[in-house]
Amino acid sequence: MKHLLGTDGLSREDAVLILDTAGQMAATQEREIRKLPTLRGRTVVNLFFEDSTRTRISFEAAAKRLSADVINFSAKGSSLSKGESLKDTALTLQAMGADAVVVRHWASGAAQRLAESGWLHGSVSVLNAGDGTHQHPTQALLDAFTMRRHLMGAAVGDDVTGKGLDGLTVALVGDILHSRVAGSNIALLRTLGANVVVVAPPTLLPYGLEERGEVAVHYTLDDALEAHDLDAIMMLRVQRERMTGGGSGFFPSPEEYTRLFGLDRARMDRLTDHAIILHPGPMNRGLEISAEAADSPRSVIVEQVSNGVAVRMAALYLLLSGEEASA
Amino acid sequence: MTGTILGAPDIGRALTRIAHEILERNEGHEDIVLLGIPTRGVPLAQRLAANLAEVEPGFDATQRIGALDITMYRDDLRSQPTRTIGATTLPSVGIDGKVVVLVDDVFHTGRTIRAALDAIKDEGRPRAVQLAVLVDRGHRELPIRADFVGKNIPTSRTERVDVHLAETDGEDAVILTGGHA
Repeated sequence: MKHLLGTDGLSREDAVLILDTAGQMAATQEREIRKLPTLRGRTVVNLFFEDSTRTRISFEAAAKRLSADVINFSAKGSSLSKGESLKDTALTLQAMGADAVVVRHWASGAAQRLAESGWLHGSVSVLNAGDGTHQHPTQALLDAFTMRRHLMGAAVGDDVTGKGLDGLTVALVGDILHSRVAGSNIALLRTLGANVVVVAPPTLLPYGLEERGEVAVHYTLDDALEAHDLDAIMMLRVQRERMTGGGSGFFPSPEEYTRLFGLDRARMDRLTDHAIILHPGPMNRGLEISAEAADSPRSVIVEQVSNGVAVRMAALYLLLSGEEASA
Repeated sequence: MTGTILGAPDIGRALTRIAHEILERNEGHEDIVLLGIPTRGVPLAQRLAANLAEVEPGFDATQRIGALDITMYRDDLRSQPTRTIGATTLPSVGIDGKVVVLVDDVFHTGRTIRAALDAIKDEGRPRAVQLAVLVDRGHRELPIRADFVGKNIPTSRTERVDVHLAETDGEDAVILTGGHA
């Protein structure tokens, strides 16, 4: 692996390797000394053209736990806000000696452009930390890691090394159209052998998704709960700007959204006993997820955050160690 | 001299002797824990623990063995293909204040052991660290020596020493191949 740009190009073998490596990384994070010397002397640049707190902090923690040097480069208050192009920024990073660039950008395809443009010379790895409405691979990997840990062993904490998510049924609920989390998750879940159920208003579904027949589509959460025994349910964040008003309203009102798609107590009680609840954060409590659901024992939302550090450590390790990286 | 250097009975005798030497050196089994370095150090540590328990019935093998993966502490990560990270499991009694006996199959440059010493430092603070190896093939690149050696096998750098164990390879054998061909 040279870059991590999306989950659509990720083989099952590589995906499982990342998850297995993340499992070992997670084990080191339970020690008193959590720092490892593995990437000493390497430089990881966090290049964020879009606001992000948890993803940036998570990547920063992951890089630092592996002893890499971290440079944070965010749009606000930098030359990026003065209109510097992606190309010039890339040349700057190259000159600073970056070994890996973690990029978050508002434009779909930005990470791939950065990786394949030739602006960065051969040795720099690019990790996509979210590009527009396209992909957010480390989020999907940490979701898969969390689901595998909870659902693929007889008990939580069992050895799940080498396993995928075969036979699980996972629902994604919310704005599938604009969500890069959904984009990455659908591809990865299918690669790992899970059945994917998508629940959204018709206005928030990508064109042609239903016709492709790869995922089951439902237009209300009740229908989906009726039709499937879900092992995991992932609530996607409703982005405020998509809600109402002007020509940009994708659904009539937040109240209606909550009524048709919100995970409340009653719907949570219809889940099978072992089913878990995921949310990529930040949550809109009371909109797509009720406080009761978010704080229930089924919820693994806080664990997703700590698993995120382990998964990102694994991705950095696999991209930055090895002879290919230094070639 | 190439071919099978040690057979199953030789390996068994060497491990029995090492077990006795460990007990002799440390004047008993108190505080001894065994850490195997994956892959083949782990089954070797288990066999040594079984031997120790046979001699000293008070030695509870299940609480005294662990595995120490050293991949993330290697000094050649950038010049080798990406390595898969193995599992580290510490003995249930911990390693703080204990005598850790590191167990590996082939002792060669010493770089693996250097990495293991760094890894141990991040896991805790043993009272002492000792090294037991099945085969010492020489060619040290660091000032590190073994405390317990199953067999010294003089080799040239171009030769290969492969340890096969029943647990991982289906048979017990130490095989020397290559050389000036």
